[in-house]
Amino acid sequence: MTENIFADAPADLVLADRVAGRLYTDPEIFEQEMTRIFERTWVWVAHESELPGPGTFKSTYVGRQPVIVSRDRKGALHTLLNRCRHRGASLCEKPRGKANGFTCPYHAWSYGLDGTLRGIPYPDGYEGVADKKDLSLRKLRTESYGGMVFATFDEGIEPLADFLGDAKLWLDRFMKQGGGYPIKVLGKHQFRFRGNWKIQLENTTDGYHFPIVHRSWMASVDAETADMMSFMTDPAAITHALGNGHSVMQMVPEHSDLDADDGSEPLQARFDHVVAELSKTLDDAAVRKLVRAMHGTGFNLNLFPNVSMSAAFFRVLRPISVDETLIEHIAIGPDGPPELDVVNRERLRIHEHFQGPFGFGTPDDAEGWDRVQRGAQAAPDMPILVNRGLGREKDDEHGWPTAHVTDETGMRAAYRMWKQMMSDD
Amino acid sequence: MTDTITVPLTDVRVARAVELVWREAELLDRKDYLVWQELYTDDARYIVPIDPDTEDFPGTLNMIYDDARMRAMRVTRMTEGYAIAAVDAARTVRTVSRFVPETVTDTEVVLRSAQVLIAYKRGRHDIWAADVRHRVRLSDSGDRIAEKVVRLVDSEDAVPAAGFLL
Repeated sequence: MTENIFADAPADLVLADRVAGRLYTDPEIFEQEMTRIFERTWVWVAHESELPGPGTFKSTYVGRQPVIVSRDRKGALHTLLNRCRHRGASLCEKPRGKANGFTCPYHAWSYGLDGTLRGIPYPDGYEGVADKKDLSLRKLRTESYGGMVFATFDEGIEPLADFLGDAKLWLDRFMKQGGGYPIKVLGKHQFRFRGNWKIQLENTTDGYHFPIVHRSWMASVDAETADMMSFMTDPAAITHALGNGHSVMQMVPEHSDLDADDGSEPLQARFDHVVAELSKTLDDAAVRKLVRAMHGTGFNLNLFPNVSMSAAFFRVLRPISVDETLIEHIAIGPDGPPELDVVNRERLRIHEHFQGPFGFGTPDDAEGWDRVQRGAQAAPDMPILVNRGLGREKDDEHGWPTAHVTDETGMRAAYRMWKQMMSDD
Repeated sequence: MTDTITVPLTDVRVARAVELVWREAELLDRKDYLVWQELYTDDARYIVPIDPDTEDFPGTLNMIYDDARMRAMRVTRMTEGYAIAAVDAARTVRTVSRFVPETVTDTEVVLRSAQVLIAYKRGRHDIWAADVRHRVRLSDSGDRIAEKVVRLVDSEDAVPAAGFLL
C-alpha cells in the first residue's frame, strides 16, 4: 500500500498481513469484485436435495444476477439466467417449486427445464427475423461435488473438482454428519446486515471472536456443549489454508472425521430422548453415529467466495451492494426414514437456538459486522489487520499453511485468492 | 365454544384478552423482559415461524420456537448485558390492533390481531408487520398467554437480525 491508497489498484490494497479498510467501502471495488470474482469463479447455488426430482427448481443468485437452478427430466442440473430472451422480464419469482418449464408472464415465451425456447405466441411476426434455436435462456456452466451445486459464468474455468482441490477431503468429511445417510436441506434462515460481503467471508474462519461475541450463547447451552466449544486454548484446534482461497477451521478436532470414533466419548445427556427413540429401530452403533453428529462436524470449511459448510449448516453469502449483504443459514440433517424425524427435529431446535435472525448467535455476529462497516468509514486508508498468528503459521505435512484455530490463516488465504483474481486481466 | 362472529369485542372475556395483548406489547417495547415472561403459562410456546402456512411448528424450521426453558434463557440473554445485539438493540414502538376473536370460552380466548412494529436504530427505521395469534388462558388468578404465533409478512424473505422481540 502506498501513502495515498486511493491511487492504488485494488490488488495493491491487499498485503500478506493487512488489507485496506477501503476494501469494505469503495463502490468501484465492489463493482470490480462482481465481474472479476463472482462472474469468473464457481459460485455455490444449491444443494442437490433442494432439487429432488425432475422439474424441481429453486431461484437464487450468482453474484447479483438472478438465476433459476433446475433439474430436467433426465436428472441433469441447469443454472439459467432468470431473464426472458424477449424483453428481459424475470421468468420465475417463486423461491422453489416444481414445473414443466418456465413461461414468461409478459408475452408468454415459454422455455424448457434446460432453458430451450419452446414456444413463441403468434410466431408469424418473427418469420425471417428470429430463430428459436438462438434464443434459449442464457445458461451457466453447472457442476456439483458431494451434493454441492456450483455455477459459473466462465465457460473456460477449471472443473469444479479442481477448483475445490484439497477442500474436497473436508467436504467429504462434512457430509458424514448424515450418520450414514445422505444430507438434505431442512429449512433456512435469511437475514441482511449493512456491511460488505468480505466481513462475513472472514467471520466463518474467525475463531478469535467466538468466546467474546457469543458469550451469551455459551451461557445458554449445557456445560458439555460449552466445553466442546472451548477451543481457544486447545493447541489441537487449528486452521489450514487449503488453496484457491479455501480454508478449514477445526474447532472440535475430535469431531473432524466423524468416522474416527474409538467409542470413548460419551454421548451428551441432553440427547438421551433421541437415543431412546432411535434405539427402538436402530442398533447402538447407528444411533451413536447419528447422535454424535448432532452438532455437525467440528469444523468450518470456508469455500471462496460465497459458501461455508459450518458445523451443522451451510452459510451462504450474497453481496447486494458495497455495504449490504444477505446471508442464508441453511439447516441440514440426515435424509432417511421417518424414524430419523427425532434427529432432525432436534437439529432444527439447535439451528434455531444459534442461527436464526432471533437466535442466540446471529444477532450478535450481525452487530459485530455492522460495527466493522461503520468503523471502516473512519480513515479508509488505515489497514484492517489479518496478521494474527502469522509468526506461528507453518506448512503441515500436506503443505497446507497451518496455525491455531484463533489465527487469521483462513482470512489471509481468502485475501490471497481475492488479490489474484482482482489482478487477473 | 362460541362462534367468532357472534362474540363482540366488548365481551368481557375478549376485552380481558385484548388488554393482556396490549400489556404485552408495552412490556416488549420497554424491554421489560423479566415481567414479560411472567405473562406466559409454563406450558406456553412463543413462536415466530418461517413457513407462513404451517401449524407443524416442531417439524419445521422457525425463527423462534420457545418453550419455557428457551424463553427463560432468552430473557437472560436479553438482560444479562453480554449480548452485544441486545445491549445495542433498536428502540421499538408497536401497534397491535384489528382484533378478531377466533374462539371464545370462559377459560380460553384465541385472538387474532395485526402488529405493526417500527424499530429505530442508528438513523434507520425498519418496519416489521405481522399477523399475530394469541391463545389466552383466562383464570381468576390471572390471565396468561398459552401460545403466541407471530407470522411476519416477510417471514420467507431476509429480515434484519434483531436484538429485540416481536
